[in-house]
Order: sequence, then structure tokens, then C-alpha cells
Amino acid sequence: MTGAQVRPRPEGAPPDSRRSASAQEADRARRRRRRREALTAYLFLAPWFGGLLFITAGPLLASLYLSFTDYSLIGGSDWIGLSNYTRMFTDDPRFLKALQNTTIYVFVSVPLQLAFALLLALLLDRGVRGLAIYRSVYYLPSLLGSSVAIAILWRKVFGDDGLVNHFLGLFGVDGRSWIGDPSTALGTLIVLNVWTFGSPMVIFLAGLRQIPASYYEAAGIDGAGRVRQFFHITVPLLTPIIFFNLILQLIGAFQSFTQAFVVSGGNGSPSDSTLFYTMYMYTKGFNSFEMGYASAMAWFLVVIIACLTALNFLMSKYWVFYSDN
Amino acid sequence: MTTEVKTDSTTRAGLNDTVLARALLALRGKKLLIHLGLILFGLVMLYPLLWMISSSLKPEGLIFREQGLIPTSVTGQNFADGWNALSSPFSHYLLNSLIITGGAVLGNLTACSLAAYAFARMEFPLKRFWFALMLGSIMLPLQVVIVPQYILFKQLDWINTFYPLIVPKFLATDAFFVFLMVQFIRTLPRDLDEAARIDGAGHWRIFSRIIIPLSLPALATTAIFTFIWTWNDFLSQLIFLTDPDKHTVPVALRTFLDSTGQSAWGPMFAMSVLSLGPIFGFFLAGQKYLVRGVAITGLK
Repeated sequence: MTGAQVRPRPEGAPPDSRRSASAQEADRARRRRRRREALTAYLFLAPWFGGLLFITAGPLLASLYLSFTDYSLIGGSDWIGLSNYTRMFTDDPRFLKALQNTTIYVFVSVPLQLAFALLLALLLDRGVRGLAIYRSVYYLPSLLGSSVAIAILWRKVFGDDGLVNHFLGLFGVDGRSWIGDPSTALGTLIVLNVWTFGSPMVIFLAGLRQIPASYYEAAGIDGAGRVRQFFHITVPLLTPIIFFNLILQLIGAFQSFTQAFVVSGGNGSPSDSTLFYTMYMYTKGFNSFEMGYASAMAWFLVVIIACLTALNFLMSKYWVFYSDN
Repeated sequence: MTTEVKTDSTTRAGLNDTVLARALLALRGKKLLIHLGLILFGLVMLYPLLWMISSSLKPEGLIFREQGLIPTSVTGQNFADGWNALSSPFSHYLLNSLIITGGAVLGNLTACSLAAYAFARMEFPLKRFWFALMLGSIMLPLQVVIVPQYILFKQLDWINTFYPLIVPKFLATDAFFVFLMVQFIRTLPRDLDEAARIDGAGHWRIFSRIIIPLSLPALATTAIFTFIWTWNDFLSQLIFLTDPDKHTVPVALRTFLDSTGQSAWGPMFAMSVLSLGPIFGFFLAGQKYLVRGVAITGLK
């Protein structure tokens, strides 16, 4: 991307052993100008460098260091090597439970969410009148979905005397507290994530619009039906967008915190069935102040996310189709 | 818009009038069916929201007995109760949220546009390296850096102040927006810069007089998303603001939920509705920018 940044300004004279004094003068002026531009650029970037040092990259490295210590705000800090990491996997069933919950949540809710997003995008792409209104209605939950207010609402929608049970009651089905039952509590959070399919849908819509209408016309003339057109034009040309959405949503879902925290009352109840990875990390880091241990969890999260992303990129070779190569 | 052409092409050539009419009728029937499906689905999606709004207006006893959307009797009591349910009136938390959100918007607008200009329009050593680093930091989960951040802010005595939530924004740490603006600035014609440079303008002048005024759409997208994200943000506000006096709307709502538990759903719904109001307002006002922003960068 940055490669395209060639300045239109004419580059220096061809390398020549006998250069006139004026050419040397121009050379020096150019170098001076370049140095000044670099200096100005670094001034423009000064806030960003500050952020890198104190807010992002610096703390990232600091948390790597902390993950090898037993640092806590209350006590001291000793180097304990890999103990935090071994503790996570051999001596902390709650951690494993949190990892399991989050994994189920991510791998069930993200594909469902993307399926809804793609389906609705395809329906809306066919020149439906009122596209803008539909798009807005479907998109709205994406904006609200991560708020505490919606989590509170969810608790009531899936609660004992909530909306879902009332609806089931119409058909004579006995409801239960979906939030209070360990076997269904995680499901309500999955539904909540699926509910926010609007933002990937908008991305799909933008992607669909990039596909030239002439492709479909040509295929139609050659006798390809709607179904064939879908599988041979739409799907291949949309794979980069599907790929992009997949990575984005997977990473986002792994970090999800607010909904589970509020719906479960902050402790993953009932019986840890909604204990999410980041929630457990928060509990360790900021309730019992085991910050070394929390940092180890944080770094394991980085590893998970990095692996997922890498895996996706590796697999993308086999199914993502880029039309420009 | 383009698909209008597509449907027209099916009517082309050699069909007699009745066949054509029947085909059009079938097409219209199918379209109607799609519309019906889309509307029904939209209603299902919005139903919980509408239910919350309607419940917030119902008298306490009726909320769960009467599940319909149109309340049989309307009361403002829930709003009055909710407003005064916590240690400070709800306006206090709204104000706290507003201060933090305003600071965050201002910070992102200035710092991200400065950084974006440098990446999009200037040449400097290690540019590609820094740019790659910036892109990489987009994916960095907040949870990974929040412990060291907490330790740092504690050293600075910033816990229970708004600084930890505002100052980072002035340091361009929301790399999404740097990226968004780099992408946008790159689409602006360079001739304008060149013309200004020939007239003797330096980078600061080009940035402030040419690039910024032309980047208003990208700035609007940044402002709206920053507002909505900061307004909704819960984790960092929960961590950095433990003093009830400093609580923001989401943290206050959560305290409300914990303290009165199951008993005060009406007032809690009322305050929840209130808390979503500003987001809804921005959504209505800035739809164009929101949709464009999502399409360009895949933001939430």
C-alpha cells in the first residue's frame, strides 16, 4: 500500500561522476528538504508514538513480562517462570471452563451470524424497494448490541416471566428461565450475538455491489439460471468479503465481555455456564488482583487470536478467490 | 438501482402480452412475498427493543402481566423512579458519560487525523514499518493491555478520574480511525497539495486548510463511531472508575441492576431506554456515514 506513495517530483540526475556544482547544490537542497519533511512527519506522528509507547505496544510488552511473575497490586512481584501458564491448564478448572464456554460461543454464534448476514444481504441486493429502511432496521442492533442496556433487556427477554416464555405460552409450551438454566444460558448469549448480524450484512451488501452486473447478464445469455449464477458468480466473488467478515467477527467474539458479565451478574452464573474468557480474566486481574496470572491469560488470548488469524489466512488459499490474480 | 435493469431484461423480446402480464404478476407476487418476509423479520428483530420502550411506560404491576406493545395505561413513574434510584440523580451519570465521550471524540479527531496525514501524504524513514505496526495494533485486544495500563494509571494517580478514558484518545490509540482516514486522504487528488506547495504552503497549512476541510465525511464517521463506542464502552469504565460519583451510564445501570436486583424492572427499563437515546439519535442523524464507515473498514 505504501509502495504507491511515489512523489511526482522529479528524482535526481542520473549517477554521473562529473557533476556540476549546481547539481550538487540541488542535491543538497533536496536532502535538506527530505530531512525537514521527515522531521515534520514525526511531529505529526508524535501523539501516535506516545500512544504506542504508553498505551498499546508498551503495555503489551509489559504484560508479557508480568505473565511470568506473580505480580499483584497488594503483594510484591517475583519471577515465577511458566508457572502461571501451567496453572491455567493443570490447576484451574474454572479457566478451562471459561475457555470451553468461549470457544462454543465463538464457533456457534459467528457462523450463524454470518449466515444471517449473507442471506439478508442477498435478499436486499435484488433491488428491493426501501433498501435503506431495511438496512437501517437490521443494522440498528449492531450498534446497540454491546451496551449494558441491551444486556439488561436480554436478561428479561429470556427470563422467567419474559417475552420468550410469553410467546411460547401462546402455543401452550411451558417456558423456563432460559437465563437461569445452565444448559440454555450460553444459548441466550449466542442469540444475542446473532442478533447483531447487521454490520457484517452491510459489509456483504457493499461487496455485492462491487460485482459487475455485466457478469450476470453474460451468464444469463449463456443460459445459466439463478442458482448457477449464485454459485459461479456471487459466491466466488464474495469469498474475500466472507473471509474478511469471518476474521473480524471471530476476533471480536473471542473478546466479548459486557453481555456475559451483565447477564450473569458478573460471576458467570448459573454454575459458570456463561463464564467467558475475558470475564474470568477480569475477575482474576481486578477482583483478586492476581495481575500476573491475568496477564498470562491475556497473552494466551493473543496467541489464540494470532493462531486463528494465521489459520484463516492459510486456509484462505483454498477457498478465497481474488479476481485480480 | 442497478437491479432495475436486471428485471427489465427478463421482459425483453418476443413475448405476447398475456404471457408478459402473467410473468409480471408472478414477479410482483414474489416481490411482495420477499417484502412480507423482510418486514416480518425486521419486526422480530426490533420486537425486544419496542417491548422495552413500551414496558418502560407501563405501571410496575403490568409489565410482565401484559406483554403487548401498546400499554393500556401509560405512566412516567418509571422514569421518575429510575432517575432517582441511585446515589446521584441519573443526570449525573449522563453528564459523566457525556464528558468522557466528548473528550474521546475530540481526541480521536485531532490525533488520528494528524497521524493519518503523515502516513498518507509524507515521506519519512521507517514509514512502512510504522504503518504495519499501526495496522497490527487495530487487532490488539484491549484486555491484553489493560492490566499494565491500570498499573500505569495508578502510578499517575489517575484511577477514578476521566483521564484514563480520554488521554489515550489524544494519543491516536484507536488505530481503526487512523486507517480509515489514511484510506480517505489517499483518495483526495494530490494536485491540490502540489498547487498549495507551489504557493509556498507547508505541511501544516496543507493539512489544516486543504486536507481537513475535504475530509469531513471521514471525520464525521470517526466522530459518530467514537461516540457510540465510548458511550457503550463498559469494561474500561468499570475498571478505571470505581468511585460511584465517577460512574458513567453503563456502570450506573449495572449498579442499578445489582442493587435493586429483580424488583425494579420498570425503572431499570426506563433508564436503559434513556441510555440508548443518544445512540439512537446519532444513528438517525449519521446513517450515511455509519454505513459508509462499516463498508470501508468493517467497523462494528
